[in-house]
Amino acid sequence: MEALNCEEVSVREVNAVLRRLARGDEARLTHPGGRHNLAVGLATPVSVTIEGNGGYFVGGLCGASDGTGPDIVVHGFVGWSVGENLMGGSIRVCGSASESVGSSARGGLVSVEGHASLRAGISLKGGTLAIAGDAGAMTGFMAQAGTILIGGDAGHGLGDSIYEAVIYVGGSIASFGADAREEELTDDDVLEVKRLVACTGFDHIDPNRVRRVASARQLYHFTTDHHALY
Amino acid sequence: MPGDLLGGPPPEMVNASFPPEVIDRVHHLADTGQYPIRGLGARRHVPSFDDLVFLTASISRYPLEGYRERCDTRTLLGGRHGAAPLELDIPVTIAGMSFGALSASAKEALGMAATAVGTSTTTGDGGMTPEERKASAKLVYQVLPSRYGFDPADLRQADAIEIVVGQGAKPGGGGLLLGQKVDPRVAAMRTLPPGIDQRSASRHPDWVGPDDLRIKIEELREATEWRVPVYVKVGATRVGHDVKLAVAAGADVVVVDGMQGGTAATQDVFIEHAGIPTLPAVRQAAEALAEIGMGRDVQLIVSGGIRSGADVAKALALGADAVSIGVAALLALGCNRSSVMDSGSNALDVGADYSALGTAPGRCSHCHTGRCPVGITTQDPVLERRLHVEGAAQGVANYLRAITMELTALARACGKSDVHHLEPEDLVALTVEAAAMARVPLAGTTWIPG
Repeated sequence: MEALNCEEVSVREVNAVLRRLARGDEARLTHPGGRHNLAVGLATPVSVTIEGNGGYFVGGLCGASDGTGPDIVVHGFVGWSVGENLMGGSIRVCGSASESVGSSARGGLVSVEGHASLRAGISLKGGTLAIAGDAGAMTGFMAQAGTILIGGDAGHGLGDSIYEAVIYVGGSIASFGADAREEELTDDDVLEVKRLVACTGFDHIDPNRVRRVASARQLYHFTTDHHALY
Repeated sequence: MPGDLLGGPPPEMVNASFPPEVIDRVHHLADTGQYPIRGLGARRHVPSFDDLVFLTASISRYPLEGYRERCDTRTLLGGRHGAAPLELDIPVTIAGMSFGALSASAKEALGMAATAVGTSTTTGDGGMTPEERKASAKLVYQVLPSRYGFDPADLRQADAIEIVVGQGAKPGGGGLLLGQKVDPRVAAMRTLPPGIDQRSASRHPDWVGPDDLRIKIEELREATEWRVPVYVKVGATRVGHDVKLAVAAGADVVVVDGMQGGTAATQDVFIEHAGIPTLPAVRQAAEALAEIGMGRDVQLIVSGGIRSGADVAKALALGADAVSIGVAALLALGCNRSSVMDSGSNALDVGADYSALGTAPGRCSHCHTGRCPVGITTQDPVLERRLHVEGAAQGVANYLRAITMELTALARACGKSDVHHLEPEDLVALTVEAAAMARVPLAGTTWIPG
């Protein structure tokens, strides 16, 4: 176990140490103090625990295109864009997360035990995002592929301009965004939500009672007939 | 009748607000309900580098011998934060153009040409292809708002990183890739359904504003172990502010793209009516760097309508460290040629294919259709085969060498042993507008308007 006190070493030194870890190694970061860019760019499957709050981009640019990557746990809150462009592995936020959780993530799992702020899962490209609590406005904005599970309520503009990603919501939906609509929950959807509940432990979510939100696919081709829809 | 008294009715005047071409445009919108989308850059006349001339050597300055005395073109980009700077043999780089907008063969040819002359090329809004990485000795990896195909493994292979905030052809707007170009390979790289009209984001998904940008740049440096420079590219609008903010955020290199810059597809209204010309943009950018004391530490790359060695020389004289070319590189590849070489090295006339698009060689800007007659801006395998990669690369390399020699010819005539020694004092303007924008005197006067 590698132990690093973030008050004693720079972020650059922290990440350099984490990059040198071998597959299966573990590291523990203490006193993160909301520092940005912790555990960024890690390609190797290692375990990193952050004992406190992280800033922007925690776990950003991690993982590889084969879906492997580090497993990162944050025992605290995080700032913007945790797990941005994640390729593989997992990030667990034990508190709440600020804006753009898992933005552009192409693989892996980002799970948030608390709430997530605006634009969670924006531009999602195949990754999985699970939020135990509420999600802010414009969640799933322009999400292209992947899955977003929201245990609580979803804010306004849910799934705005969504492509092929799918959103499941356990609570209420303030409003749908452009081209997003509620669809009938299928058996496959229930199985997928069960799988997510099992792997995240968010067992307050009833897989049979979530609402499925996906694209109506009406805005996939340009036409001025849609001028008022955006 | 008054008209009869004057010898007949007055001649019919063209309405200045509604000339025939405007009437045609209104009719087109009424008939189709579609606004024009097209490729390449602004067609309207704007003040440009053509409005400047050099005050070459005479008695008060002495020239260097052309083809005899050395004039250095070596260019270093981005060493401010301890990264390995990009060392280029010439101050002309190839701008970011996406695989998707361009064929994989065209991207490969651009990489080969850049490598042959010792300069860099740049990825685009579709990720990095293996062919492009292999062909390009120095490759700049773009971080665009869409993040299509963005892969940290590719990032680690890059020689520099360019965060694209905006583009001269469409500052404030995202890119378009119409469905006919979203073939299965392009769709897979971009994680999109094949055949859809793709709308790229205009804003980054994970940060907004200059304070966030500083953290984003640091993230990219951490992910690349601080090895490579980070550029920030902006479309030329509020240039002075944007340059200062980019530098404050930590950019090693700032790229400013003027309104003449090209695109593979965007709304015509963007191309013609957004942003400022390259001429004032370069001067504003250089002055902004000087004002914050970063003129020597942060390099400036200027793009947007660069066509000749004269354009390069003028951009450098006004404060750029290098230029980027896009449209000119495509033309050198064979864009807008009337014929291509077939597999037997015979010229194949493709005029009919231009006609089918409603255009002609020398006038085509139908990149958005995916039906490029010369195989450059297409994903159609039959059309793509019309581009012979090695021959096209040779054309671009020839072009780059030729404009570099034009550049050094002018620099030597100004008495400079290094093209980067060109300065505003070497220039005068032929029009009041150009003098005001470039902040050099009107020719024959000492007057700088404004």
